[in-house]
Amino acid sequence: MRLLTHNMLSSNIKGVVNGFPLRIEAEKVAEKTVEMNGEFLKKMFEKVDWKAFVDASRAMGYTELPEDADSSMLDSDEFLNRFHHALLELHLEEGALVCPETGRRFPVSKGIPNMLLHEDETLKVVAVKFTFFLLTHVVSFGWAVLG
Amino acid sequence: MASRPEVVAPPEIFYDDSEARKYTSSSRIVQIQATLSERALELLALPDDGIPKLLLDIGCGSGLSGETLTEDGHHWIGLDISASMLNVALEREVEGDLVLGDMGQGLGVRPGVIDGAISISAVQWLCNADKSSHNPRLRLKAFFTSLYKCLSNGARAVFQVYPENIDQRELILNAAMHAGFAGGIVVDFPHSSKRRKEFLVLTCGQRSVNSSVSKGKNEDGESCSDEDSEDEENQTVCISDRHRPRKKQKKNNKSGKGKEWILRKKEQMRRRGNDVPSDSKYTGRKRKDRF
Repeated sequence: MRLLTHNMLSSNIKGVVNGFPLRIEAEKVAEKTVEMNGEFLKKMFEKVDWKAFVDASRAMGYTELPEDADSSMLDSDEFLNRFHHALLELHLEEGALVCPETGRRFPVSKGIPNMLLHEDETLKVVAVKFTFFLLTHVVSFGWAVLG
Repeated sequence: MASRPEVVAPPEIFYDDSEARKYTSSSRIVQIQATLSERALELLALPDDGIPKLLLDIGCGSGLSGETLTEDGHHWIGLDISASMLNVALEREVEGDLVLGDMGQGLGVRPGVIDGAISISAVQWLCNADKSSHNPRLRLKAFFTSLYKCLSNGARAVFQVYPENIDQRELILNAAMHAGFAGGIVVDFPHSSKRRKEFLVLTCGQRSVNSSVSKGKNEDGESCSDEDSEDEENQTVCISDRHRPRKKQKKNNKSGKGKEWILRKKEQMRRRGNDVPSDSKYTGRKRKDRF
């Protein structure tokens, strides 16, 4: 899995508000050379969440990226090269992604993150929503009748 | 007709190691998948500016459809529920990133980052309830709402689907419309039972207001208009139906059951030789309310 994908993924557990960014636990990192395309990088730069991206690349053992970046830096070839390398050439082969809110681990094996949720993680919503409904509607209705 | 894989077993069980290998080594399937994904990419109508896009391949399987995207120079992220299929994709060294996930649980993707999505022969799987906790309606809803969120403004999503019947097609389309998508179904080769292919073309956001849905392909490769198809099933379902004012519908129903309507029907019955009560001033009057 490339950091490009990591930057787009967020935790999908129902009820989680801040499922992004997923923390990377890297065990094995691979590098594959890809042809560079400046236009694509410039477009992706607008979409990438830079802070999450830098943190992720550090977790993968790549520390060449600057802490802050703005679009004027895209004119420098050196910066583009580093951005390209981190975004498209670093692959997380083995390890895990960790949900920042719940701490749930999504294992990554052979470069494929397993984002499948357990049944209770999808069903929870229904239960939570129902209690919420009870609290807001039914209780307030009760108050209105009594009061 | 061959049995549909959806009725045999859930996708993660049906596409086991042997089935996944069989699927990918059959040259016929490979060829069909390639043409389908080429057509889907065509319907996606990406801006022709030469810049690679970030696309989503939902139900990517062994990456057959993703290969078409790679050939066109795009980057893609593939999602599939079958680990065996993804393993085959790994062996084939596809360019895109693969994610093991269930689209019915919603896509865990950040909002507004994806330039387009395709899905070849996958969405109909959502209509099955393979576990007791599954509810097709909720799963379709989760899928389409999360997809709507992650697409950028004006992006399109094209799904090639094999709906089992009209109800299923309606179910899928309704779920998409409820999520906020505009668009409709494009039918290629509507008059051929074998080559007939349906594509659900959805647009997200502002550009969709006046974007028209592309025409389906005909036998000669020409586009055909919907007026040609006579039976209900072959008609392209358009979004305009959804915006038809409700009032008008009601009015039509009321005017249908007036006194004239009753007199006409009675006359009809008389002509057929049925025994019909004679007309009087009471004909067509409402009965008195009584308990």
